[in-house]
Amino acid sequence: MGNLGIIFRRELSSYFATPLAYIFIVIFLITNGIFTFDMGGFYLRGQADLLPFFSFHPWLYLFMVPAIAMTLWADERKTGTIELLLTLPIKLSEAVIGKFLAAWILMGIALALTFPIWITVNYLGDPDNGVIVAGYLGSWFMAGGFLAIGSCMSACTKNSVIAFILTVAICFTFVIMGSPILLNAFPEWVPQFLVDAFTALGFLTHFDSISKGVLDIRDILYFTVFITAWLFASAIVIEMKKAN
Amino acid sequence: MIEIIQLTKKFEQFAAVDNLSFNVEEGEVLGFLGPNGAGKSTTMKVITGFLSPSGGSVTVDGYDITKNPIEAKALIGYLPEGAPSYGDMTTIEFLNFIAEIRGFRGEQKTLRVQHVIKEVVLESVAQQTIETLSKGFKRRVGLAQAIMHDPKVLILDEPTDGLDPNQKHHVRELIKNLAKDKIVIISTHILEEVTAVCSRAIIIADGKIVADGTPSKLESQSKYHHAVSVRLNQEYDLAADLVGVPDIGAVEKEEVNSFVILANNATPIFAQVSEIAQSKQWPVTEFHVNRGQLEDVFRAVTAQTQGGE
Repeated sequence: MGNLGIIFRRELSSYFATPLAYIFIVIFLITNGIFTFDMGGFYLRGQADLLPFFSFHPWLYLFMVPAIAMTLWADERKTGTIELLLTLPIKLSEAVIGKFLAAWILMGIALALTFPIWITVNYLGDPDNGVIVAGYLGSWFMAGGFLAIGSCMSACTKNSVIAFILTVAICFTFVIMGSPILLNAFPEWVPQFLVDAFTALGFLTHFDSISKGVLDIRDILYFTVFITAWLFASAIVIEMKKAN
Repeated sequence: MIEIIQLTKKFEQFAAVDNLSFNVEEGEVLGFLGPNGAGKSTTMKVITGFLSPSGGSVTVDGYDITKNPIEAKALIGYLPEGAPSYGDMTTIEFLNFIAEIRGFRGEQKTLRVQHVIKEVVLESVAQQTIETLSKGFKRRVGLAQAIMHDPKVLILDEPTDGLDPNQKHHVRELIKNLAKDKIVIISTHILEEVTAVCSRAIIIADGKIVADGTPSKLESQSKYHHAVSVRLNQEYDLAADLVGVPDIGAVEKEEVNSFVILANNATPIFAQVSEIAQSKQWPVTEFHVNRGQLEDVFRAVTAQTQGGE
């Protein structure tokens, strides 16, 4: 196993060594249940799909993902283990990606544990399971986008609470980028292509199409590039700020 | 061999390490001394590749720490200041992680981890999470990870800080045992440690080297080198008897009836003083020669820089 794998395993097992992972998963499942069944009108809609389930995910991730991401690097700096980690014979990229992947897999585990909702909808009706698989994939990639922002913000500060707030703020911006509220705020004279470009950067534009079952390679590519860019930024920030 | 050439590390305008050059050979145990904020830790952070230098170079066995960081880091075992480790892991999990990163697999890994656990006596806490350990044990866990791969170069930032005298003794014994055919650099501000374990000492102040030599050579720079301490059992004016003897300098009174006779020109004066004492029949109860204190030298060479602040 390479260094990336070793770091990944250490990170993931440390989530489960403390109550953190369990609390996270339980809260994630409970809020998902409330959103889907109570507020999402899962039964009232009378449709055999998981649209109400997925459509709340951006808002759920807005608080859940930064909570996981905030400690990624802030704690390493605070406890001084960053000095230990970065004087081991590893590449910085291996540490950045290994840590990110561990948190992303944790998100994946939490997401996978919502399978009873999928069983329910299959029991009650005859949904298009392809759309649901696409929805899960899209949701997981979006979580990765949030997480990559969180990784970078966590690298910016020793204080994980500050990292949390910064991450929420930036994620919120990316969530609302594609929403009508923000688009209506553009004055008339702004050229359409600029508005389109702005919309195209938002999470919702890409997530909505995936969650409706349109698995476009461009949407997956968007999230992949997005994650890569923020992880790259994390590495630069770590390199710059490790002295203080 | 470690070669440090004109190493400089600046934080904005402030030079924490200022044009530092020295070599360390195999078998040397180098004590790195200096007042707080002198740049000891920063120098170590640059040597280990944690911080990149603003100027100059560090080469470990031919590998430049900035150009070939992975190869250079593989040769180094490092105990950072405060011995940081992942608190939520158990001792054995943490050491297994380090062993894997250091390239040990399977049977070899188990053997190696068992070996270092035995070496630094961690058997009793192997299954405990690190955050529940006492300071001494945490320090030893840090040492264990540093020696995991039997590194050619061992860099220890204040390895005995905060330990009780027994633990200090143990860590020093450990360092002495490890030191054969290795390069060991330890930073400390406990001067007795230098005399106890180091074969060479460098004193730095304001990022510059102000003294470099074996501990005994540094001690000989002390004004108390060759000085004779005398304790009497009744009042007596020593100084009067010593006036005019060329090699004898000032006489310092330490407490009532206790004196230190300083040597001029760093020449041994024991014989002369002893002769005078016998002929004048001093009421002596104690009589011995001082080697000189590293502490005096330390204070003398770092005093100017401190005063300038």
